[in-house]
Amino acid sequence: MTTLKELATKGELFSAGHRACAGCGFPQTVRLVLKAAERPVVAAVATGCLEVTSTIYPYTSWGCSFIHNAFENAAATISGVEAAYRALKRKGMEGEFDFIAFGGDGGTYDIGFQSLSGAMERGHNILYVCYDNQAYANTGIQRSGATPRGASTTTTPAGRALDGKPQARKDLTAIMAAHNIPYVAQAAVAHWKDLVTKVQKALAVDGPAFINVLAPCRLSWAIPPEDTIDVVRHAVDCCFWPLYEVEEGRWRLTYRPRERKSYVDWLRRQGRFRHLFQPGREELLKELEREVEERWQALLARTQSA
Amino acid sequence: MVKDTNVTREVMEEDRPQKGGPGWRDLPVGAVIAGGANSAKFETGDWRTLKPVHLPDRCIHCLLCWVFCPDMAVIVEEGRVVGFDYKHCKGCGICAKECPSKVNAIDMVPEGADDAERSAVSEYQGKEDPVDDAKGTGN
Repeated sequence: MTTLKELATKGELFSAGHRACAGCGFPQTVRLVLKAAERPVVAAVATGCLEVTSTIYPYTSWGCSFIHNAFENAAATISGVEAAYRALKRKGMEGEFDFIAFGGDGGTYDIGFQSLSGAMERGHNILYVCYDNQAYANTGIQRSGATPRGASTTTTPAGRALDGKPQARKDLTAIMAAHNIPYVAQAAVAHWKDLVTKVQKALAVDGPAFINVLAPCRLSWAIPPEDTIDVVRHAVDCCFWPLYEVEEGRWRLTYRPRERKSYVDWLRRQGRFRHLFQPGREELLKELEREVEERWQALLARTQSA
Repeated sequence: MVKDTNVTREVMEEDRPQKGGPGWRDLPVGAVIAGGANSAKFETGDWRTLKPVHLPDRCIHCLLCWVFCPDMAVIVEEGRVVGFDYKHCKGCGICAKECPSKVNAIDMVPEGADDAERSAVSEYQGKEDPVDDAKGTGN
């Protein structure tokens, strides 16, 4: 059992001085993932906020080996590194490493999806961590496959013609589970212990692992900076973002909200859904709530049948 | 931020690009940054408009502020919160918000407020005067 006091005594592999916004959600995620790793880490990061804010020359926030990537190929790069490592190991190279790729939702759900799918299917011993902030936040908040229905973005602006993004969100965690890899999990930055345990499990398996972490962009969600963690907690408690894992095909909830919170209240907290609370959107709000409920029930069915 | 990190916190002027200094041909091959984790030399503390103030008398050292700080700016020594790294804290206020509501050991006060203003703020919030950061937190 990991405690915060134990984590605090471990050295920092992700250092201060990065240029992420005040109240950003991914630095804590990255730091916890790196702290959970027992072996030296080789990290590859897809282009996105994480990369551009942590690697501004001549500075880097990374205390481990780090490889720059384009938007679409973090998974391909890290699988290549892992393959090279195995080849070198056959020739007598010593040492054990953890190979971890990080990507935002744009670089994971959409642009990096084929390289991610390929890397998982080939069975490399890697961990891919997606920090999901539900938009292309780095380039100015365009919609992504992870953007929930109804969210206003710069490419789906709320107005007379549109009530935010018309399409539903892709369920990437389930898609990754469909790759039949040894470990897939959904986690959230507000639940640090759950996240650390999942990373440790993911790194312990022999084969590919994938973790999807909800880590808000406070700018695109239009929330006060201090709300970053609390709004994620709310997302988990309203069953919009359930915490679960799929271990060797067995689905298991790792957290069940003691008291279920309202999804509509979660929407109300965020400026990107502000337009949904103007008159005449009552039906749409009900529909959005129904969608969350259906996904939650489907997940419950999966975890109970396993 | 853990104290025994190997990252030096001094700003090293020679790291910054300077007029008449070395050109791009002098960069290492691949622009590799040897050593790593040197961004701590870059200070982000001047982004702050609100500043967290630690109230040691109230703190229960649960370290929730430490784990949720996006800027590794909560200084923990031997499992105890000892203050903030104001050179990097961006003043987001997550620490104050995540501090358990019954504990409330972190006050957010306007940046640049002098001691008089600061105690006025705490008075307004019905709390005792926050202790001035005596322990080398940089301000």
